[in-house]
Amino acid sequence: MNVTPYIFWFLSVLALFSALMMVTSRNPVYSVLWLIGTFFAISGHYILLNAQFLAVVNIIVYAGAIMVLFLFVIMLMNLNRETEPQKNRWLKFIGALAGGCLLLVLVAALKDAELKSQQAMVGGGSIGLIKVLGKELFTRYVVPFEISSLLFLSAMIGAAVIGKKENSQTLNS
Amino acid sequence: MLLALDIWFILEKVALIATIIGLSFFIAMYTTYAERKVAAWLQDRRGPNRAGPFGLFQPLADGGKLFFKEEIIPLTSNRFLFILGPALAMITALLTSSVIPWGASYVDGSINIPLQVADVDMGILIVFGIVSVGVYGIMIGGWSSNNKFSLLAAIRGASQMVSYELPMGLALIAVLLMTGSLKMSVIVSHQIEHGWHILYQPLGFIIFFVCALAECNRTPFDLPEAENELNFGYHQEYSSMKLGFYLFAEYINMFISSAVMATLYFGGYDIPFVNESTWGLSPLMFSLMSFAVLMAKVLFFLFVFIWIRWTIPRFRYDQLMNLGWKKLIPLSLVNMLLTAALTLWLNK
Repeated sequence: MNVTPYIFWFLSVLALFSALMMVTSRNPVYSVLWLIGTFFAISGHYILLNAQFLAVVNIIVYAGAIMVLFLFVIMLMNLNRETEPQKNRWLKFIGALAGGCLLLVLVAALKDAELKSQQAMVGGGSIGLIKVLGKELFTRYVVPFEISSLLFLSAMIGAAVIGKKENSQTLNS
Repeated sequence: MLLALDIWFILEKVALIATIIGLSFFIAMYTTYAERKVAAWLQDRRGPNRAGPFGLFQPLADGGKLFFKEEIIPLTSNRFLFILGPALAMITALLTSSVIPWGASYVDGSINIPLQVADVDMGILIVFGIVSVGVYGIMIGGWSSNNKFSLLAAIRGASQMVSYELPMGLALIAVLLMTGSLKMSVIVSHQIEHGWHILYQPLGFIIFFVCALAECNRTPFDLPEAENELNFGYHQEYSSMKLGFYLFAEYINMFISSAVMATLYFGGYDIPFVNESTWGLSPLMFSLMSFAVLMAKVLFFLFVFIWIRWTIPRFRYDQLMNLGWKKLIPLSLVNMLLTAALTLWLNK
């Protein structure tokens, strides 16, 4: 008996359900928690593909660091059902339209994709292991890798500069 | 084929997991006793000495008391999240033990039973992943209590844990540069061959140890529970066994982080100065002895944790953040670069 397809379907349903709950939850704290659930389901998918490094890093970075900051902000603002601002009806309509357009583009792009020859290897393959991944990143993809690290560095410096500026302004005023 | 497991494999792992979880609870229970006894010893008191000989049944009495306490869930709290908080804290505390090698493999002819639940390629990174998720136990508990003190303590705790994960990770990278693998079993066997990492990474170990104190919310970094500022901290509204879960999770975290430190820097289950594999011990004795050696190291670290708690006063919050971001991160970066340069130079 091969349980992989069952795990795949379970994780897919979990990911989609958590994502839907994240969007429809009234309480923003619940939304964040459902989004964390989605990240865990996606990490499960990575593990099925034997992309262990990606799975763990997805949890450390997204679930463990970024969502903690989200939760910080939401908890400190104390948003809840009573204080939720009522959005303009037109804004909701336009949002749905824009989301629909994105869906259309995605479906159109996937329609012509060659799915048969591009099937993922399930459970096998060593491309997701850290040794292979590191070698690829630092030889074949070294330029994009370094460029993205520069981007991160500039983002960090930018955040520090913005943080400093506001601090001095509040001190002066 | 993936997950085509046979029944013996499952039985072996279930037995191992049950043993490790039972052991974690047992050690956590008696660490509370040790904490009170050591505190008493350092303060020239007697400590708990009423329940059983030398007060040895004191943890049982405490646990029983927690079970029978009235359970109070505040009316204005968020009921589901209020229960989820301590559960998450406990689950994440117990999960980290899954990748630690608890002793040398039991090898008898064709039978090979590793004393490790999962020797995966990611090894130590899994511990970091689970620890980074462990923040949610504190945050959810603190927020759902609907109490300002709890919320402040939870945010303190979470920002402290997130901040100290960075220097911890950087100190770890220096170790990984030497071993060349994330697998815990490889890290231990590398140390058995080349000597313990504490000899090569003294600075890295100190950084790692300080960060471990902060990650476990132990003194001098126990700001989430600073009772003179925040009453009782993030578990202020908790009572009964839910409070017990939070307190217990802290002790289990101490136990696991001691095991991780022993494995990363102090040779894991290796006996120093001798080559025990030439003694011709029976396989069972060999495995048990290596396990006992690891436990001795773990108990020593637990004692150091307690010793520090009753010796050093608490940091102020800005001092804590300054230490983390302005001292430990640059230090660990320097340590990492030095290790990288030396490794490159020596391998050439």
